[in-house]
Amino acid sequence: MNSVLPASASLIPVLILTLILLAFGTVIIVGTSLLGPKNKKNNRAQMMPYECGIPGIDTTDSKISIKFYLTAILFILFDIEIIFMYPWAIKFMDSIKDGTGGYMLGAMGLFVVLFVVGLVWEVKSKALDWN
Amino acid sequence: MGRDSFEITVNIVKMFAIFLLMVQAVPILVWLERRGSAFIQNRTGPNRVGPLGLIQLLADAVKFLFKQPFMPERGVAPLYYFAPIAALIPGALALNAIPLSTPIKIEPFEMLGQMWGPYTFLFQGYDIGIGIVFILGISSLGVYSILLAGWGSSNKYSLMGAVRGAAQGISYELALSLALVGILMVYGTLSFKEIVDAQAGPLTFMAFGKEYVIGALPNWGIFYQPLGALIFFAATFAEANRLPFDLPEAEGELVAGFHTEYAGFSLLLFYIGEYGHMMVASALLATFYFGGYSIPFVSPEAVNAFWLAKVDGANTAAILTAVTHHLSLLVRVALFLWIFIHVRWTLPRFRYDQLMSLGWKTMLPWALANVVVTAIWLWLGHRT
Repeated sequence: MNSVLPASASLIPVLILTLILLAFGTVIIVGTSLLGPKNKKNNRAQMMPYECGIPGIDTTDSKISIKFYLTAILFILFDIEIIFMYPWAIKFMDSIKDGTGGYMLGAMGLFVVLFVVGLVWEVKSKALDWN
Repeated sequence: MGRDSFEITVNIVKMFAIFLLMVQAVPILVWLERRGSAFIQNRTGPNRVGPLGLIQLLADAVKFLFKQPFMPERGVAPLYYFAPIAALIPGALALNAIPLSTPIKIEPFEMLGQMWGPYTFLFQGYDIGIGIVFILGISSLGVYSILLAGWGSSNKYSLMGAVRGAAQGISYELALSLALVGILMVYGTLSFKEIVDAQAGPLTFMAFGKEYVIGALPNWGIFYQPLGALIFFAATFAEANRLPFDLPEAEGELVAGFHTEYAGFSLLLFYIGEYGHMMVASALLATFYFGGYSIPFVSPEAVNAFWLAKVDGANTAAILTAVTHHLSLLVRVALFLWIFIHVRWTLPRFRYDQLMSLGWKTMLPWALANVVVTAIWLWLGHRT
């Protein structure tokens, strides 16, 4: 192909496939709702959220442990730290051959120390305990 | 129809075919799971419908089609109906980004009184240069379908399962992406094809400035990254919500977890998503650590020469070469899928606090240690 395409052009197939998948899923969901039996009367027992056959107690308004929220926040911090290692990891082998491997190792060593300090502090402050 | 539109059509059909490959593998895997669990637990398993019960899942699928679809009261309809569709997307997008075999080079040929070609068709949906980052990003989207299902169902079991699933998914994502840093250091690329190409030939490694060659072993990533491979495999169990990490659907506590309120085909879509996730994990494990689609000690050129001598026509030989390599990958994928199933029926489930402390306090430090040791080892080995 002679024309110059932007780098994001390689994502066009992903978009096409996503649209195909959405169409496929929609056809399935709509199709089964046409094929299946219809609800004639409003059946209270059937429409109730599942509760082992007894009248429902407690709803989704009930409280969820704050630990989940904390886990998600910690995940974002650590995930960003790990993503910083990716470009470094790709260039590491090249830089060893260039003779700058020691510098690269030291720089990442400093970063890993910060990472470990963060993890140790997290464990010490009991942010990861689920009791 | 011009030659470009032929190429585009083939590529779109190919993407859909890889998606269908994922969908059609689900009945086989469910059958294998049922028969396998029966074998492990000394039972018979499904054996009535068809030989060895093979058509059981076809019968189930037809039954699923005619089930009554309904949403529980106070459910959130857009979320409830969108969640199973969203479950399809991560697995299918990720599977399409993995090279499943060598590219097929088609020389010019005549069809419908017109010359076509030459073409090069990749044996994968699309080749994104930064394939590994793309897969990591896409597979984390799996959390969304779980959360949408949990919130949309207005059921407390669904919600608890969904919150657990999201928390464990993101926790093990850390160990998983950190385990891959070792692979990136060894191969220095984000492209799957280059990683597979680098694993050809006998095992060659550098230690303290000298090169050693072990002729008896293939040049697979597992020999460079044994701990990384173990962490990666363990983390994929948690990502795919499989036992021993299936807390989101722990049936003793949460009925069926996030898909408690689903029935019929929308439940099946969740299963397609889960088994798709397992297939992606197996294919990734094969690609990173077990040579991908390459055949140990045999180069793609040798396979092509073999087929050229057997059949006439370079195009037929190119297609047969790709199919041979594809089978080589499928053998590995099938083996890992069996390990997934075997582990599910062998190991007991973790408790939730054990699960989280395994992910954060054991696997994350070990993955970090793997990175540090790999870096120092590479530096000592290749330093000039």
